Amino acid sequence: MSERELSFMLNGEAVMLRVAPRRHLADVLREDLGLTGTHLGCEQGVCGACTVRVDGEIVRSCLMLAVQCEGSHVETIEGLSDSGEVADLQNAFRVRNALQCGFCTPGMIITADDLLRRQPSPSRDGIREHMAGNYCRCTGYHAIVDAIEATAEKRHRKGAVSD
Amino acid sequence: MTSQAETFAALQRYGEGAKLLAGGQSLVPALNLRLLSPAILIDINDVDELKGISLRANKLRIGALTRHAEIERAALIAEHAPLLKEAARHIAHPAIRNRGTMGGSLVNADPASELPACMVALGAEIVLASAAGERRVPGGDFFTGLYETAIAPGEILTAVEIPIARQNERYVFMELARRVGDYALVGIACQAEVVDNVLHDLKPAFFAVGTRPILASAAATRIIGRQIDAACLEEAAAALDEELAPINDLQASAAMRMHLARVLLRRAVAALLPELQHCLQTAARA
Repeated sequence: MSERELSFMLNGEAVMLRVAPRRHLADVLREDLGLTGTHLGCEQGVCGACTVRVDGEIVRSCLMLAVQCEGSHVETIEGLSDSGEVADLQNAFRVRNALQCGFCTPGMIITADDLLRRQPSPSRDGIREHMAGNYCRCTGYHAIVDAIEATAEKRHRKGAVSD
Repeated sequence: MTSQAETFAALQRYGEGAKLLAGGQSLVPALNLRLLSPAILIDINDVDELKGISLRANKLRIGALTRHAEIERAALIAEHAPLLKEAARHIAHPAIRNRGTMGGSLVNADPASELPACMVALGAEIVLASAAGERRVPGGDFFTGLYETAIAPGEILTAVEIPIARQNERYVFMELARRVGDYALVGIACQAEVVDNVLHDLKPAFFAVGTRPILASAAATRIIGRQIDAACLEEAAAALDEELAPINDLQASAAMRMHLARVLLRRAVAALLPELQHCLQTAARA
């Protein structure tokens, strides 16, 4: 299969490369661009470990072909970590022991941040519903829900102070 | 592709070896798992004619490329087809709803998916187009079997048209799954006109209990136009045995699915008639 020119914004920087149209975004991020924070668990959309943001919306990078990102803004856990955007979530996960092996964590953080941007004060049930598409095989989820809830409260308090 | 005309030409040129790529949330997993290996993918995400939600006369027209997340959020859908808004919440997970499209879900015709049953319950018309022109197929006739539809080679699904919700109309969407976002073990989508606590024009569409969405007409005739009580509901639930054909699989046995379908029918009718809560409550709890 012939390769195609592809250019998009990756974590705020323009990238250009040649990729085969059949390859999905997660493989291209990991193998061609060296960003291995995006993890591949199931490659069928079930586990959520490969979740990234494309044009501000979370998507499964294993279920999107890389060539479909032409002209888009793609953000991965590396970009969100470097910008400090999810630093509070990362800290809450660490403090609450909401990870053990860490495989699911990038996808968890991106999905949790998506929830908190839409719903600043979610209920615990609301957190579980939004996070239901992200598997964790270590923690049993309670600590993850705690960490997200704690971050929501902190962000809420901060917002209230700056108002 | 950037237009329908281009899409028709590509379909004609590449024939059966080509697959249309919309949201890709069922197609790309099938590629990843090597269940499918089409020679050509025709990406229709930039075909503007397939986008948009609009009111035309008494119908709500929803473009094929409308993503599940848009169905959840669109004001026109909340107002004129609230059943769809409720159903969209149950489709997979947020990251998948951001990409998956209505048209893709309908042509994929997975018997356990939500939107096909909604089209049957809502009496929607499925709009199909090809180089030869456009035709409309009633939702109830569109789904012909397991992953099979009335769509012909060279045709694409462009939109659906749904009669807008009437004044006295109520709707219910329920599904039972092992985890939020999983495919349903059993689900029901229904809409009915309610006048003086009596249901008219009830269309209970079940999913995940056969090879395609099934309109439970025999059960409905035992409910429509009657003063509903627990005995009447029981009679309707029993009638489901004649019309549903669930299968055994890893998720649930056929008998369990049958039982859950009866439970959902009772719960759905009780939810449509909250005024009768006192006499239907016990029946719905079972």
